[in-house]
Amino acid sequence: MSHSIFFVRRSLFALILLATPLSSLLAQQEPPYFVTYSSVMEEPGNLEIENQNIAAAPKNTNAFFAPTVEFEYGATAWWTAEAYLQGQATANDSAVFTGFRFENRFRPLPREYWVNPVLYVEYENHNEADKSFLEITDHDVITDQQVSNAELRKEIERSIEGKLILSSNAKGWNFSENIIAEKPVNGPDPWEFGYALAAAHPLALKGSSQRCTFCRQNFAAGGELFGGLGTRQSFGLRGTEQYFGPTVAFNMPGGVTVKFSPEFGLNDNSAGVLWRFGVSYEIEQFRDWFRRTK
Amino acid sequence: MKNAVLLLGVVFALSLLGYAKSDGSWLKRVSESDRQRTNPFAGDREAAAAGRNLFLNNCAKCHGENATGKGSRPSLRSERLQRATDGEIAWILKNGNPYKGMPSWGGLPELERWQIVAYIRSLNATSAEPHP
Repeated sequence: MSHSIFFVRRSLFALILLATPLSSLLAQQEPPYFVTYSSVMEEPGNLEIENQNIAAAPKNTNAFFAPTVEFEYGATAWWTAEAYLQGQATANDSAVFTGFRFENRFRPLPREYWVNPVLYVEYENHNEADKSFLEITDHDVITDQQVSNAELRKEIERSIEGKLILSSNAKGWNFSENIIAEKPVNGPDPWEFGYALAAAHPLALKGSSQRCTFCRQNFAAGGELFGGLGTRQSFGLRGTEQYFGPTVAFNMPGGVTVKFSPEFGLNDNSAGVLWRFGVSYEIEQFRDWFRRTK
Repeated sequence: MKNAVLLLGVVFALSLLGYAKSDGSWLKRVSESDRQRTNPFAGDREAAAAGRNLFLNNCAKCHGENATGKGSRPSLRSERLQRATDGEIAWILKNGNPYKGMPSWGGLPELERWQIVAYIRSLNATSAEPHP
């Protein structure tokens, strides 16, 4: 167990070291969520590159560290496209590439309402060694991870996933609800369901007249609750993983955002704590690189 | 396969619509009550200075650091914005005009949006940028 804790600490320390020298300027309206989507889209022409990491040392399972690299592009003001590459390293086992995802988000309504819907469509191709926890569906439980990577990587899952994202903004608060439905397309598995709920608030509602790095306006805090909802045949919370945790984000002046969240397992099917750490960098007007007139 | 190519073509054409230059038609969609809203920071130079910082962080990537526009993305030092009310500018910031390329900034706190309005107003009132 001490080896597992050392593994997690070493992973987090390496990430903090990597993030520290970076500094840049993110769209400050993006809430500090890891799993839940809000109605905030990537600005048209911008490319955001995010390194999202998760580390955990679950009881009776080897500790693991799972990084995901995410490329998010604002195709238009109402359409955001993303690609993910995922991998993981497990203590006393191995490091493996686990797969990729392509997703598209569409904001169908042309203005802001009390509740703003966004439609999400994703194609996933990953093996069962995936430990990214980008969403939880089905009756997945943490003890599924007791099997070795060599065995898990043999099982490939290809699936189509849809989400209904509902998001509201009021008095500085953001409230977001995601309803998730996933259908494996390379097997007879039924529709699988999950959910994610989140709320967040910036630490200040007004901007400062001074250019500053550690102004309260550059920080946002909130909480996320997410988990599985079973399948079409056995819908419900029974036999599913459930997590809740606070989340905090720091938007550095210049383009880099750092996010952190400890997510606590709420039942015996879940890991004790999932430690999440993310760093994102936004390349402004990336599409201008390919245009003659800028 | 043909259907997939057709679908891609439609999606590409729709995405080009997103790059279309704003023509001010959004002004017709602003309700009278929104149009009449007043800026709680009207005439506040410090708020305009804070608005400039917010503008640089969030808006300058498309509209340019001096708000003079970039490519097809419009200048905010325009006659149209000189004539616009504070309420109209606040409306376009909150709602955006997504089918013309302007995203919604409804996720920014309302007071920050009003600070940006104060900055944009200061640009069009004096053509000089406020200094903190």
